[in-house]
Amino acid sequence: MNSSISEKASLPQRNEFWKLVFPWVLTALFLLFLPVIFASNSALTIMNQMAITIIFALAYNMLLGQGGMLSFGHAVYMGVGGFMCVHVMNYVEINSAPLSLPFLPIFGGLFGLGLATLVGTFSTRSAGTVFAMISLGVGELIAACSLIIVAFFGGEEGVSADRTYMRPFFEIEFFTQIEVYYLTSVWLLISALLMYLFSRTPIGRMANAVRDNPERAEFLGYSARWVRYYSFCASGFFCGIAGALFAINFEILTEENLNLATSGSILLVTFLGGVGVFFGPIIGAVLFTLLQTVLGLYTELWQLYLGALFLATVMFFPQGFAGVLVSHAPAARNGRLGSLFIPYVKMAAPSAVCLWSVAGLAELLFHARHAALGEEEMVYFGINMLSTSVIPWTVFGGLAVISFGICRKVAPSVLEAWDKAITPKGMAQ
Amino acid sequence: MELVVINIIDGLVTGLLLFMLSSGLTLIFSMMGVLNFAHASFYMLGAYFAYQISSITGFWMGLLIAPVIVGVGGALVERYGLRRVHQFGHVPELIFTFGLALLIEELVQFFWGKNQMAYESPETLQFAAFAIGGNSVPAYKVFMIFISVGIFLGLLYVLTRTRVGMVIQAALSYPRTVEALGHNVPLVFMGVFGVGTALAGVAGVIAGPVLGTFPGMAVVLGSIVFVTIVIGGLGSLWGALVASLLIGWLTTFAASYNVEFETILKFFGMEKPEIMSESALRDIWTLTLPQIGPILPYILMILILVFRPNGLFGKRDA
Repeated sequence: MNSSISEKASLPQRNEFWKLVFPWVLTALFLLFLPVIFASNSALTIMNQMAITIIFALAYNMLLGQGGMLSFGHAVYMGVGGFMCVHVMNYVEINSAPLSLPFLPIFGGLFGLGLATLVGTFSTRSAGTVFAMISLGVGELIAACSLIIVAFFGGEEGVSADRTYMRPFFEIEFFTQIEVYYLTSVWLLISALLMYLFSRTPIGRMANAVRDNPERAEFLGYSARWVRYYSFCASGFFCGIAGALFAINFEILTEENLNLATSGSILLVTFLGGVGVFFGPIIGAVLFTLLQTVLGLYTELWQLYLGALFLATVMFFPQGFAGVLVSHAPAARNGRLGSLFIPYVKMAAPSAVCLWSVAGLAELLFHARHAALGEEEMVYFGINMLSTSVIPWTVFGGLAVISFGICRKVAPSVLEAWDKAITPKGMAQ
Repeated sequence: MELVVINIIDGLVTGLLLFMLSSGLTLIFSMMGVLNFAHASFYMLGAYFAYQISSITGFWMGLLIAPVIVGVGGALVERYGLRRVHQFGHVPELIFTFGLALLIEELVQFFWGKNQMAYESPETLQFAAFAIGGNSVPAYKVFMIFISVGIFLGLLYVLTRTRVGMVIQAALSYPRTVEALGHNVPLVFMGVFGVGTALAGVAGVIAGPVLGTFPGMAVVLGSIVFVTIVIGGLGSLWGALVASLLIGWLTTFAASYNVEFETILKFFGMEKPEIMSESALRDIWTLTLPQIGPILPYILMILILVFRPNGLFGKRDA
């Protein structure tokens, strides 16, 4: 993955430069025209939520993927940034201070940074398990404080503000969802770009070195602790920006923005997307938000499926979704990507049937255990069935067993095709 | 005076309960270097299994069978899950156990729903054992103390006096050497993981009737258990004991003494603001000790980590 550094050192070359700039221009255009396709208010809300999750996940990955630090309490930095922004909004409203909404995320970022500089002094002393434990402790502490310190956190009902009372920004008062969407997108682009550039600076590179081998980095003359500290602070800053955007979008922050569940879900998002690649968390955030909103509409069990998916990812694809995508690069270089198509279809069809029937069994079981007494009918993918009758159970069970058997039979041939595809031409055994 | 004694007993119950979880967790950590995030989830599973079994055969069979099932489940998780993830490093291991905790909570909700279960202590123990100054102590609490102390003594005996315990202790510090001497270290790991989770299961079985059997019970206790072993020193059994009792007493005493912060602040010569609703510090003036009781362990942990990073009894660098 880390191709030779000398290649990247010759940055001024024109080609290299365009290779760097082009994806960002494309993203900007994409964000600009996205509302043309998805114009409804609910779609805009989902996209805003996605953008916030993307910033948060990218900031989280500065620690997990690039710095090798696993945090279990990262929601706190986003949350505190958001809470402060709500207070700033209220302050502006009361004192009519000269501040307009688009600049609010800077404040959020600074407050996130402030908290991170404070906590980082003792939490970044070591990485790994201890860092994880301290982050958990600090996270729980602040989340618990939010119910005690009512003046700042607003207790159970949280604190709220009104974004439209800020100074208008070139006549824009952010009444409509589309204006908020463009504000969020601009900040998404800015922070993603900054985070990408951070990963290319010497300090970003040193974060990778400290992640892989802290001892060696120390021998090279870098303090592993301070390198971690800087990454931690930078991550806190961008988490604060995400928090500010959350405050702008939803105009309310509660204890839920600080607790362990939120911290855990961002770990889930980042890991699903892939921690090894810069754009991994972006994929994770988009997928997660879609799963959450779409799957949540159809089934009560979506969290169960998500948990199972997460565990399966940790066990079988620790490089995440983006990592799997990137691992196809050698095959593409060999020009053998096409040869993988048929084996993949052969594998995907029985796996899909298997998943479908296992999920069907789960839904049946759930319905049988929890439906109101006498209510026997349930719907699964448009099919009506009785959870008390034997037929759906046997059909799903049989399908699951058969398709699983087919999967196991097909698997060796898929692996073989994969090995063949990633072996460079001329090196075939 | 009576209140103090009652609090000491209550704190002892909480502390010993915490110790049953933290001892297993700390043993697992010192052996495999992995902090089992799902440890409290096994405690929850213990309570739910015991509830299910007790609804058929009564409490005592549940106490016997549920921990065994949980322990076997834990051993299987180690064999087929953790060992697989182990090759990727410590951080993925931690993430794996975190995912497991999520999944177990979802599974519990899947099978038993979101409501609290009607899991009760056995009728033979539903009487007051003795009374101190009008406050009666339920027999079930005494029973909990005896069970926990018994398990602690048993654990101590096995670890320090038996051959298996010697192998485990040796494998804690020098796993490679022990392996070279012909012991099956992976099997020892699996056994320790199984026993550790079974201990958590026992804790769940006896705590379920008192603290409630509901899907959130793992989260409620989970982070406190981590705090405990960090305070005690990662990997130290004695540290786990001392920290568990400390936290047990700390939270119990904090919950029952209604000390107001107002008196403390006035003692330091601070003026109470005239109009409370406008002061930014109004929450500090109206705080009481029971309110901040639940966060005391976290504050203690942060203080410990700042001033003594190895924890109270930890030898290794935490």
